[in-house]
Amino acid sequence: MGRIKPRHHYPEERKYKGGFFTTKLNYVMGWGRKFSLFHYPFITACCGMEYMSAACAHWDFDRFGVGMTTFSPRQSDMLFVVGTISQKEAPVLRTVYEQMCEPKWVIACGACTLSGGIYDNYAVVQGIDKIIPVDVFIPGCPPRPETILDAIEKLQDKIQYQQQDWRWKSKK
Amino acid sequence: MPTRLQNEANKENLLINMGPSHPAMHGTIRIMLELDGEKILNSEVEVGYLHRGFEKTCEHKTFFNLLPYTDRLNYVSPLINNLGYVMTMEKMLGIETPERSQYIRVILCELSRVSDHLTALAAMTMECGAFTAFLYYIQAREELWNIIEETTGARMTTSYIRIGGVRADLHPDIKTRLAKATKINRRVLKDNHGLLDKNRIWIDRTRDVAVVSSKMAVNYGFGGPCLRASKVNYDVRKAQPYLVYDQLDFEVPLGDNGDNYDRYLVRMKEMEQSLRIIEQCLNKIPKSAGPEELLIKGLEPEDAIKTSRSKRVEDTIKLSPNLEGSEKVKYPGILTEDKKYIVPPKEDTYTSIEGLINHFKFFMKDHGIRPPKGDVYFSVEGGSGEVGYYIVSDGTDKPFRLHLRGPCFHIVSALEEMIKGHYVADVIPTFGSLNMIGGELDR
Repeated sequence: MGRIKPRHHYPEERKYKGGFFTTKLNYVMGWGRKFSLFHYPFITACCGMEYMSAACAHWDFDRFGVGMTTFSPRQSDMLFVVGTISQKEAPVLRTVYEQMCEPKWVIACGACTLSGGIYDNYAVVQGIDKIIPVDVFIPGCPPRPETILDAIEKLQDKIQYQQQDWRWKSKK
Repeated sequence: MPTRLQNEANKENLLINMGPSHPAMHGTIRIMLELDGEKILNSEVEVGYLHRGFEKTCEHKTFFNLLPYTDRLNYVSPLINNLGYVMTMEKMLGIETPERSQYIRVILCELSRVSDHLTALAAMTMECGAFTAFLYYIQAREELWNIIEETTGARMTTSYIRIGGVRADLHPDIKTRLAKATKINRRVLKDNHGLLDKNRIWIDRTRDVAVVSSKMAVNYGFGGPCLRASKVNYDVRKAQPYLVYDQLDFEVPLGDNGDNYDRYLVRMKEMEQSLRIIEQCLNKIPKSAGPEELLIKGLEPEDAIKTSRSKRVEDTIKLSPNLEGSEKVKYPGILTEDKKYIVPPKEDTYTSIEGLINHFKFFMKDHGIRPPKGDVYFSVEGGSGEVGYYIVSDGTDKPFRLHLRGPCFHIVSALEEMIKGHYVADVIPTFGSLNMIGGELDR
């Protein structure tokens, strides 16, 4: 790779004044997206208490760039499914997911969302991946706030290195 | 299928849904409102979005195994739910528990009660826009949960209070930690009194909104802070004292009007009383071994594992003082002596034949805890009211029927009447002040 000559002749002192770096568009988009996750907490049950702990001052997941809680699915990037999803709740969750704009990610928090947890019965959906796609599962009944932070980091890794979805690029 | 309100509503009025997933409301509940402008003419509350089949599931679990399900009823104060179930079983079986375990139960239940009130008020204030107060409340709750974790091993779903006593002893250093936590809690309460009590916005949104008269509160079967805010002096801890509550000195704060502000204030005052109870308990609790004796001298677990690779480990292994049943000699007075109802200590199970047989008898199918035929009801004072269990036994090791009297159900059933004639914005503080907990409401 040769050095790219500037197309226009700037005065010498202005040429590289700000400095520059090279990157890939895919990478820089991932970098931008992973640190500006607006999330929608879909809180139904016990795990919501631990979600509150993780979100508040003590653990504070705003440090990772996911502090912006939007209470409208239309303006959020990430869906936090926190707590048991019963059969009655399932259509609501599906609607909320479909209202979200692309690109979107889902974190399933707690044993009940993974597999129904200890509620192996008629009333509870045995894992929300039967209804919506899930990116990161958090085990635990309920998971500790540290586990939630870990899941957020994992999701950020995933967003960083995934093939970014460009609106202006035709999908193959 | 159209609901009741959809059939009855005047066609000129607007029908809107609040929930089941609404930004300004915690929990999953659907409130359908019939509006004239902003005024609520009628409403319909639909519950059941968190129905997890608790009662039916319990019929398929043994009396010992269904304890974890009780944690997840009122998940803000799981220890009180444990206590309600366990004391119902103890009444059925006729077990006496040691005094030390009773004090431990009271301490942890009061910690749970404070955390319950803190969470309820945190949610209520956040939904009204007071985010600072919310963060303070949750910070105070973290301190309490740290103490609960040190003693029980879990932050929320503890399953700590067992039939016949408690699972493990208090943390050896509980006194200094509790002193620190109560200090922080008192400061938070003071701060929040300062932030909210005379706050114009807070008063406007809560004063004289959703007034519940004493008669209405009693008719609906209210309990806890919601009932006492309506000037009814009823507290299960005073009316039918259980554990050691009759030996403790505490007041039952009452409200004046029964509006949202009173429900807030009663909760704030109750937390102070709970902290008082905790302090009294710490002074009165019968002595166990001192903290120095509780720290076990021996090998670190890692060293023990290393040693075990080359030779048999003969020294004692240093374990967490709170590990279940690991050192029975050092933790007397936390479980009943009756071997029929308790899990034997692990050192017995692994070293003696009696312990092994006890263990098998406890966990084998159709053995274990088998109460006599009959039914029993017992209730304790929960975070938001009277938590009662009704258990029917047919003589086997599983309940024939288990019913929970969840306080939230009775309180939420009054919501339609409470918000009638108010404005849409009033629904949010009203709903917040009721402390609706889905797990307990829908079971």
